[in-house]
Amino acid sequence: MDVRAQISMMFHLDKCIGCHTCSIACKNIWTDRKGTEYMWWNNVETKPGTGYPTKWENQEKYQGGWQPKGDSIKLRVTDKFRGFANIFHQPHLPTIDDYYEPWTYKYSDLFDAPAGDDQPTARPVSLITNEPINISAGPNWDDDLSGSKIYANNDPNLEKLNDTQKEALFEIERLVFFYLPRICNHCLNPGCVASCPSGALYKRGEDGIVLLNQNVCRAWRYCVSACPYKKTYYNWKTGKSEKCILCFPRLDSGQPPACFHSCVGRIRYLGVVLYDADKIEENASAPEDELVERQREMILDPHDPEVIAQAEKNGVHFSMIEAAQKSPVYRFVKEWKMALPLHPEFRTLPMLFYIPPLLPVLGYVDKDKGVYDVDAKDYFGSLEKARVPMQYLASLFTAGNEGQVREVLEKLLAVRLFKRAEQVDDISKELVDDMLKKTGLTAETCEEIYRLTSLATYDDRFAMPPMHREYVTELTKGDPYEFKAEVGIGGFKNQPERGF
Amino acid sequence: MTYDLLIFGFFPYLCIIIAIVGSIWRYSSDRFSYSSLSSQFLENRQLFWGSVAWHYGILAVLTVHLVGFLFPKTILLWNTEPMRLYIMETTGFTLALFALVGLVMLIIRRFSSARIRTVTSKMDAVLLTVLLVQVATGVFTAMFYRWGSSWYAAYAVPYLWSILLFKPDVTLVQNLPWVMHVHILNAFVMILLIPFTRLVHFLAVPFEYMWRPHQVVIWNRRG
Repeated sequence: MDVRAQISMMFHLDKCIGCHTCSIACKNIWTDRKGTEYMWWNNVETKPGTGYPTKWENQEKYQGGWQPKGDSIKLRVTDKFRGFANIFHQPHLPTIDDYYEPWTYKYSDLFDAPAGDDQPTARPVSLITNEPINISAGPNWDDDLSGSKIYANNDPNLEKLNDTQKEALFEIERLVFFYLPRICNHCLNPGCVASCPSGALYKRGEDGIVLLNQNVCRAWRYCVSACPYKKTYYNWKTGKSEKCILCFPRLDSGQPPACFHSCVGRIRYLGVVLYDADKIEENASAPEDELVERQREMILDPHDPEVIAQAEKNGVHFSMIEAAQKSPVYRFVKEWKMALPLHPEFRTLPMLFYIPPLLPVLGYVDKDKGVYDVDAKDYFGSLEKARVPMQYLASLFTAGNEGQVREVLEKLLAVRLFKRAEQVDDISKELVDDMLKKTGLTAETCEEIYRLTSLATYDDRFAMPPMHREYVTELTKGDPYEFKAEVGIGGFKNQPERGF
Repeated sequence: MTYDLLIFGFFPYLCIIIAIVGSIWRYSSDRFSYSSLSSQFLENRQLFWGSVAWHYGILAVLTVHLVGFLFPKTILLWNTEPMRLYIMETTGFTLALFALVGLVMLIIRRFSSARIRTVTSKMDAVLLTVLLVQVATGVFTAMFYRWGSSWYAAYAVPYLWSILLFKPDVTLVQNLPWVMHVHILNAFVMILLIPFTRLVHFLAVPFEYMWRPHQVVIWNRRG
């Protein structure tokens, strides 16, 4: 048992209102530089929808992630031989047009335009070429446009749905959709790290954050292709790749990442989990329908004395273990089995988990009457009447295993019924007991889930390990003031400018 | 004679020394700037045809140069039969043509696409010119001088060895045609440019990828 610690994440999709505050918080801190304008380390997508970059989930096109090979797995996009054969032109690299051409407006024209018959306008200009452009795509171009024939119809997750399901999903004026915020998953088996010919990407041993050393990066761009979530980006100006760093300078100073901190709906949870690194290859190679369960199995009980002993032997600091014991992510993912990884079939073992949305379960389409209906007697609805087909959610979160999604949604329903019965008292006790029995939850667990979902405070949501300035100082190997005048993080001696 | 000594005896050393010192200096003081500066992200299609033809063409040509440099006698012996000489010259010409066509396509791409122009520096233009001169003089030699490969083996290789062994013998190359002179001197300019252009990227061949494990974990506080 090789116990390691990982700062892990959980997003509660029922609480996401799609406001993009997280994206803006991230953008203002990290990606407002030349060459990074098109990057959104944090983005929020409307689902069903094509996302950013367009159709990123379609690995036939982008060749991200891993695929089975014999008893093990291999990267789709490259291997040790192809890495060299394709070194002069990378066959599956997305280009700027798969994202969008970043732009600004020529605001100065509003003031400087000569007097004339027309109102002056601020024309859009490309942030790459500075030439006027026609804007034809953006980072959230299909925001709220679920059901559109142009965008949402191309969602790769719709492939497994039959026509009736699609019809129900896209019925005009009765659309159903939800938001999917995405950041780097800081995977246990990251494709970006494995594909980098220069070895510039690495996983930080202490907390599992996946980082990229730009002084080692030589712009081979395999990380961009190999990440199935398209969360590594190429800075076309500096000729270096960049990615979400989970705001580690903020973490190191005791603050949660900016996107977590700024989240209006408080959907984001952050905490340490301990896992068994010996099982990475074995579990990433599991059959598709077992992937979710096997990933859960890797996460270890931080209260188990044997796990604690192994962790300490492995150099995991005790404060990390303590943080793991308080981790909300551990409770949702492992204890309550309510949070699921996004697209586990990419086999990178992502460490960002999602609670699938339950809300649209309320309404359904009555085929006979031809109307959208809410059953008053069965107010909380049943999953059979769900507007979002179970198969769609399964395609997103469980590699197609409907049963696993159903289990989670039933638990969400059970907690709701339980609290409704308790506070409004219009639901029969038998129904509640039935649901509790079916889902294996107890009254106490329901109460805990409810509290951590709805009433969680800042400290409940972000159970971060305390900072260790003493180690950070040690890392500089000598005089900490030596690095004081440097630009940014990572010890650049110069401004990170494009080479000549 | 002094003129020849200056350009064929002194200039090469100047270029090589600056290249070595400059590359080490750049690597130690500005490692961030070591990059292939790929522009595939901004333009993909033209790059495929240009870059693949250019890189494989020039690598093959350089390999043939290296073989000639190590085994000049073999080349001379091979070239004694007219038929074999034709095979040698045609092969060299084809490979060089590959490189030339690729290079021309890359040059056109670099200056015709607005997106690519924004990531083009003055040094890129200098480098492309030098490379074009180098490949063009090579192709010219292969086309108009039947004995290009033999000249290389009989005169240029001993000259290069004399440079390498610190006993520069300029008489070896003095009497070659002017195209060959340009080819030789421009090659040293190319070496000179390594630390000052994106040419440094050829020093970044990621051999280590062959044997390193897939996943990389770095511990701050271990060992």
